[in-house]
Amino acid sequence: MSARHDASMATGAPPVLPARESLWRVFAAQFFSSRLAVFGLILLIICLAMALGAPWISPQNPYDIASLDIMDSKMPPGSANMDGSLTYWLGTDGQARDIFSAILYGMRTSLFVGFVSVSAAFLIGAAVGLVSAYFGGRIDALLMRLVDIQLSFPSILVALVLLAVLGKGVDKVIYALIAVQWAYFARAARGAAIVERNKEYVEAARCMALPWHRILRRHVFPNCMPPLMVIATIDLAHAIALEATLSFLGVGVPVTEPSLGMLISNGFEFLLSGNYWISFFPGIALALVVVAINLVGDHLRDILNPRNEIQG
Amino acid sequence: MKLIRKTMLFSVLAAGLIAAAGPAQARDLIIALRSEPSSMDPQFHSLTPNTQLSETLFDPLVRTDGTAKPVPSLAESWTVDGDVWTFKLRPNVKFSDGTPFTSEDVLFTYDRVPKVPNSPSSYSLYLSTVDKVEAPDAHTVKITTKGPSPVLLANLSMVPIMSKKAASGPAPEGKTTVELNRGDGLVGTGPYKFVSWKRGAEIVFDRNEHYWGDKPDWDKVIYRPISNSAARVAALLAGDVDVIEDPSTDDLPKLKKDKNLHVQETPSFRVIYIALNQGKEPPAGMTAPDGKNPLTDRRVREALSLAIDRQAIVDRIMDGAGMPAANLLAYPAFGASEKYAKVPKADADKAKKLLAEAGYPDGFAMSLGSPDGRYTNDKRIAQVVASMWARIGVKTAVETMAPPVFFKQRNAYAFSSYLAGWAVSSGEMLNPLNSLVVTKDPAQGLGTTNWSKYSNPEMDKLVMQASKTLDDGQRAALLQKAADMAMDDYSILPLQFELSVWAMKKDIRYGGRADQMTLAQYMTLAK
Amino acid sequence: MLSTIVRRLLQTLLVVLVMSGLVFAGLYLIGDPVLMLASPEATDAQREEIRRALGLDLPLGRQYLIFLGKAAQLDFGNSFLTGESAMRLILERMPATLELATLAMLLSVLIGVPLGIYAGLRPRGAGARSIMAGSVLGFSLPNFWVGLMLIMLFAVMLGWLPAGGRGPVESFGPLKLSAFNWEGLKSLILPASTIAVAKCALIIRVTRAATRECLPQDYIKFARAKGLREKRVLGVHLLKNIMIPIVTIGGLEYGQVFAFAVVTETVFSWPGMGKLLIDSIITLDRPVVVAYLMLTVAFLAMLNLLVDIAYTVLDPRVRLEAA
Repeated sequence: MSARHDASMATGAPPVLPARESLWRVFAAQFFSSRLAVFGLILLIICLAMALGAPWISPQNPYDIASLDIMDSKMPPGSANMDGSLTYWLGTDGQARDIFSAILYGMRTSLFVGFVSVSAAFLIGAAVGLVSAYFGGRIDALLMRLVDIQLSFPSILVALVLLAVLGKGVDKVIYALIAVQWAYFARAARGAAIVERNKEYVEAARCMALPWHRILRRHVFPNCMPPLMVIATIDLAHAIALEATLSFLGVGVPVTEPSLGMLISNGFEFLLSGNYWISFFPGIALALVVVAINLVGDHLRDILNPRNEIQG
Repeated sequence: MKLIRKTMLFSVLAAGLIAAAGPAQARDLIIALRSEPSSMDPQFHSLTPNTQLSETLFDPLVRTDGTAKPVPSLAESWTVDGDVWTFKLRPNVKFSDGTPFTSEDVLFTYDRVPKVPNSPSSYSLYLSTVDKVEAPDAHTVKITTKGPSPVLLANLSMVPIMSKKAASGPAPEGKTTVELNRGDGLVGTGPYKFVSWKRGAEIVFDRNEHYWGDKPDWDKVIYRPISNSAARVAALLAGDVDVIEDPSTDDLPKLKKDKNLHVQETPSFRVIYIALNQGKEPPAGMTAPDGKNPLTDRRVREALSLAIDRQAIVDRIMDGAGMPAANLLAYPAFGASEKYAKVPKADADKAKKLLAEAGYPDGFAMSLGSPDGRYTNDKRIAQVVASMWARIGVKTAVETMAPPVFFKQRNAYAFSSYLAGWAVSSGEMLNPLNSLVVTKDPAQGLGTTNWSKYSNPEMDKLVMQASKTLDDGQRAALLQKAADMAMDDYSILPLQFELSVWAMKKDIRYGGRADQMTLAQYMTLAK
Repeated sequence: MLSTIVRRLLQTLLVVLVMSGLVFAGLYLIGDPVLMLASPEATDAQREEIRRALGLDLPLGRQYLIFLGKAAQLDFGNSFLTGESAMRLILERMPATLELATLAMLLSVLIGVPLGIYAGLRPRGAGARSIMAGSVLGFSLPNFWVGLMLIMLFAVMLGWLPAGGRGPVESFGPLKLSAFNWEGLKSLILPASTIAVAKCALIIRVTRAATRECLPQDYIKFARAKGLREKRVLGVHLLKNIMIPIVTIGGLEYGQVFAFAVVTETVFSWPGMGKLLIDSIITLDRPVVVAYLMLTVAFLAMLNLLVDIAYTVLDPRVRLEAA
């Protein structure tokens, strides 16, 4: 083996491959070996592209309330508006918004809010959890009691207080979501790290006088990934639903610029009355996005897990 | 709840046998409520879910019928002479525990009202014009008011009579609210009597065998609070309940088509309106080209009113459960003139012309605040109004929020305009004018819910005069004049009168009420 | 161990105190409860009267101190809205939420863990893939949608189960539960299943990930090499080692369901605590919100303690106080 390999073995990092084969190429090969994951990736790219390209693709701008005509509300899929200039392929909702356009625009907000808040909550939570488990004692007690308090605080209350103190805005929704979610990650990370901290490789790293943050970041953290990744991918769906609830309360997106989550919640009122499309299509859109993310995420998790057998 | 089902099954079978014997059925009535009452104490919290139950357990001296007209209840007749009202009490009335009803009970009841501690919304509101109450004999009550009080009867209908014997106790107010909530001391003369209350689950009433009026139809009345309207409708469809309050308006078309159900829509006294900030300085959320507040110009207000297609709102958002409104009460209610009985058709072109005339050919920008979930379809109506205004050039940002936050912000004048509702409990024009349009004067208790800074001293004078006029004819004329003045000025923009909706199994009938109360004693089997 | 538990209890007390202060401050910032309570027709004088009666005219700090004083005697005040003791209101409704949360998590774990292990054993098989696909559906379908669909199917169309509400209750000591009689169970199944759909999906995924992680480990290879039957290999060696993440997530989820099962309780008109909390927040009924959250944080802290103790049982390498 190469000298580089020996050196990296000593630090306990995953084995570095011979210089010929770059890590990226191996990674790519592994990823594309799963057809399901590839399918998921394509789906995800399509969703992202549609969301980003909304202003150009969608037949209507549902956020421009002057363009809405209440007489066109609750029209079934396939109907057209009064002068025939617009076909509502997926129907219209209670406010006369074209559902297809609303999904495109809404997906943008939902995905943005979801991704940012989950990523931030993940990083903050994992950091807190790992530090807490590693140092134990008083630090662990303090941090975990903070976690207890945060977990007991209902998201609605957090959001209302944020609204009262900071005012409105999409960024406030993100703060609220991060505040509500980080504690969950912290607890899960700590659970995993508590098992790891007594293992030999951590002792070995400590013997080598590596700084604690390096031990945590490069050694403990990767081994704690599996449960955290599962939670993260599921949490995205949760975050979008949570954002919808908070938007209802007036924190964040204005009611005239609904996110995907809000469209689904709005559609709730129409479920029994037979206007199924108002809730059904946004629900399908959300499910597609979540499925795509999970297909990709599942496979990524399998590949990135240092304990799995890696080729090469 | 399956126990109830079995009981009902037996009862229905038994009822089939007894059916020919008379109108009273050996059957239970199960009603799904929209909100659970906060208390059984008839004097603790003035809130419709509480009042409608106490009006079934108790009777007031004078009741109001479905259209808010006073009708005799425990008082058979009355006369008024200046400030003195004399009521002749109905003889031979017994409470549900068998004790006879006398004027002592009336004294006790009115005496208790101000003594109820920690009341979040006190009933002393209804006795505010009462100076003293006397009982010259066991069947007469004399009430002296502080000055002429034309609304006394409507107010008294809100304070039902409790039993002095049952509700007395060591505390200053006799039986406390907590004790009454458990049924201790909760004895009335009404058609049903209290059995039990499992919070969040159900409230059970039994037929009152001592009731002085027509024998109540039902063996038991069971109320189940189901706050989620889809779940309420599902419960009716599944046959778990007999009657539901307030189905979601989107379910109406489907419910009306269902052959197993009957839908009752009754015009109510609740008006949904928009208040426009008419202060001199441009309010929050407004960007106007000349730095002035466009809403102070009557033409602008008229334009905004003309832009709103009220019929479309009723048809598309309320699914027909509303009536377009041009006044604060629907004609021919007391104080509503014929002039504003019909709603002018929406006219966006005229609106745009008026805006241009007023100096705003390119429109301006403002905000519209609305609570979310306080009134039926509130945030949906707000959005549609905003889009209608946007189409005549007034760019409107809609700010909807949870009710507590909304009220806080509204009272801080944080919106250029806001949407709200008002229930005219008395059925007369005095109430909405006094609360919504008269100049705000906290010390006098005037304009308490007027957060628009609108002020019209001439109209204020008319309203003040009307509040002191006992003669019905004169008062009605004064109120009509005042209301017309307010509407001519577009001081406030009424949108619609809500229709109260009840849905029930096809063999049950309920006439509905304008005050939106669900009163079990008026529910009968269909003939 | 004992010293750990004692220390935790003291910390829990501290946390409960901090929570009460945060809630006081938070509700104060949101708005004025009197506006929500008083009839819209009330005059300003009448509103002041209410304010005074409820003690809301005093400065916030003083209100908090008065509250603490009473709380030390276990009097958490009376609900602004109903005048009843706040703690009593909550404790009355707690058994309903308790049985709902417990049944839901039980279903999730009993169904989710075996399915997750199966999916982890044969990850590329058709069975595993459909399980995973099902689980994605499970947590991406909105809670209320699942509930409403179950009601439509089982209550309205088939008529097998009630559309909502709680069944008859029996007393078990201080608790009134409906889960132990047939009628009560019939009312409990749908709401519990609604919650279980999403939680089960989560447990399946966590279990699968943990299974895939543990299977390549040496001790599994040794156990198999020793000739142990597969059932024992999986049932004992694998199971014990995947339990830690499952217990962590299961504990967290149980806590969340117990404290915040609002949507399900609303859709099924289940007389639990969750709905009480939301209604109280919206009406700014502070005594109820404070009492509720103090109770919740104490409960969750104790739950986390139990989970931590479970760690030491499941994995002897874990010691609660780090080296």
